[in-house]
Amino acid sequence: MSALKKALAIALPALLLAGCELGVKEQEQVGYRGTGLVLITDPDTKAKVGEVPAPPYELTAEMLAGDRAKTAYENVQVLGDISVDEFNYLMQAMTTWVAPDGSNIKDAGCTYCHNPENMASDEKYTKVVARKMLQMTQNINANWKPHFGNQENAGVTCWTCHRGNPVPVNNWATAVPDPGNITGNKRGGNTPAKTVAYASLAYDPFTDYLAGKENIRVGGKAFPTAASAASIQSTEKTYGLMMHMSQGLGVNCSFCHNSNNFAKWEDSRPQRVNAWYGIRMVRDVNNNYITALGDVWPANGKGLYGNRRGPHGDPLKVNCATCHQGVNKPLGGVKMLKDYPALKGAAPVAAPAPVVATTPAPAETAAAAEAVKPAA
Amino acid sequence: MAYQNIFTQVQLRGELEAGVPLGPNNDERFGPFGTSWLMGKLGGAQIGPVYLGKLGLASLLCGFIAIEIMGLNMAASVNWDPIQFVRQFFWLALEPPPAKYGFTFNVPLNEGGWWIAAGGFLTASILLWWARTYVRAKELGMGTHVAWAFGSAIWLYLVLGFIRPMMMGSWAEAVPFGIFPHLDWTAAFSIRYGNLFYNPFHALSIAFLYGSTLLFAMHGATILAVGRYGGEREIEQITDRGTASERAALFWRWTMGWNATMESIHRWAWWFAVLTTLTGGIGILLTGTVVDNWYLWAVQHGFALEYPATGVVDPSTLPGAPQ
Repeated sequence: MSALKKALAIALPALLLAGCELGVKEQEQVGYRGTGLVLITDPDTKAKVGEVPAPPYELTAEMLAGDRAKTAYENVQVLGDISVDEFNYLMQAMTTWVAPDGSNIKDAGCTYCHNPENMASDEKYTKVVARKMLQMTQNINANWKPHFGNQENAGVTCWTCHRGNPVPVNNWATAVPDPGNITGNKRGGNTPAKTVAYASLAYDPFTDYLAGKENIRVGGKAFPTAASAASIQSTEKTYGLMMHMSQGLGVNCSFCHNSNNFAKWEDSRPQRVNAWYGIRMVRDVNNNYITALGDVWPANGKGLYGNRRGPHGDPLKVNCATCHQGVNKPLGGVKMLKDYPALKGAAPVAAPAPVVATTPAPAETAAAAEAVKPAA
Repeated sequence: MAYQNIFTQVQLRGELEAGVPLGPNNDERFGPFGTSWLMGKLGGAQIGPVYLGKLGLASLLCGFIAIEIMGLNMAASVNWDPIQFVRQFFWLALEPPPAKYGFTFNVPLNEGGWWIAAGGFLTASILLWWARTYVRAKELGMGTHVAWAFGSAIWLYLVLGFIRPMMMGSWAEAVPFGIFPHLDWTAAFSIRYGNLFYNPFHALSIAFLYGSTLLFAMHGATILAVGRYGGEREIEQITDRGTASERAALFWRWTMGWNATMESIHRWAWWFAVLTTLTGGIGILLTGTVVDNWYLWAVQHGFALEYPATGVVDPSTLPGAPQ
């Protein structure tokens, strides 16, 4: 009896504490005292900041001044206006970033995208995708500067997401829809899903918010109006997206929000503005680049290099974790872009310019802005 | 030795007590069944008699149907796999109908109709059990304090699952059945309505809840502390104060200058417990129907402090902002 009691006395507290992360936490106050604006990180579980590969070689002013790529090579649609030397430099870097030589990736190296007999040929779908991805990168760097706090040389390269993989490790595709009856029907959630930090929230917050433009804002004015329609269920969906952002960036809610009223912008941290642009940037990427490639993506089981689509048939897409990978500034905020000026996209891109940062959405934004304004 | 408490190592064994005779229009009682050593460790050792009656039977039946509907829906959601049912149990849910159905009973079973059915049977079960506590108390010649305290909890339950959804015109506002799902609902509810901590009725409810635990701890500790003088015979000591009662009262007068009486402490405890769910229910009912954002409401009414702004501007209000 007493042995049993002893065993229980040891086992019970151990079981109760099994979910705890032991060890000292780091904390940093980031807002007005008393508002709980404190970032808490566990040094043991903090995501490691990724390494940045060195540029292939030093790009001198002479190299940049040489012949244009479009005069030396055929079928150069996006990078035609940079020098041959810079073009080759970038191609070499892209190989390291996406399908590095010597890796166990099939056709690693130049041949991952190119037919070595005819480098200009678009016969491999991966080359068509790579071209679109270059346009996407230029678009991000040229038109989504607010996401990077408008800092000089802040932006993305292929490495930011790919890290030596043909497909970035963190991606998403639309979940298979629920069946019409109750058998096997999880109502899109109620499952220990990693996407929402193992809560029972809807496990696909991406389709509606990061491809679709469903309203993320659920907080209302002081008093209900005819427009206060957001339900608890849509709040839970927003909550799920926020859990993804929190995990994807390795931060607490209070990295962006003041928890006394999550909706209120005036009490939020400036990071929330970056995130706001980030959400719209990701929508742009998913809709105007990845999904826009359409049937270029091979059907699952038919591609040269493995599956590029989710269970529902839509291509693998981007969310916050694709670039951030658990770190609030991807790669620790290293400004890689300064070594790859061609990716800045200052030059007009050859592709039809994506609709971005030009048209305000009068109705939606006005209503949304109204919704978070405190009543007088 | 007509009493026992958890520290009394003596368990009575003898003729089982059948209780007072019942008047007309009562059903049969079952038992008494005997004594239990284990139950005697925790309280009275005698098991039974149990009065089930028509209300109790109907209540158990409705409750059983409600739990069956919930359990079978959850089992169906994991393709009837018993292992997954156990592994994922804390995540599984029976969800109310989506917002598109509004507040109507014409909802397909597999889109929330089962939730309405389960809620209906659960409500019937609870109300029948309430009636049972009322009728049994009357039959024993007791007051109906237990029934009214239970009624306060039922008020909060009905507000959450029926009255507020009705006033909001949508079943989707109601709480799902399920362990984590109902907790997620709670968190989402607070976020949607601008932080429930700024709801003064929620604040009152918390004060009464914590007050209840404080009173419970003070009272339990006091009685146990005078148990050696027979202090747990509280009711007798209301009219005939013994040394236990005197010492207990003296202790609180010494430590805080004033004492509740053997009678009034139970009124304190009863009211604190009852007011927890009573004020909580009012707070929930006002949320979304009268107030949409409690933080903004609280700032507007001087109930919450407005902190210095951080200078951040909603980017969607800027000219040329993307959609």
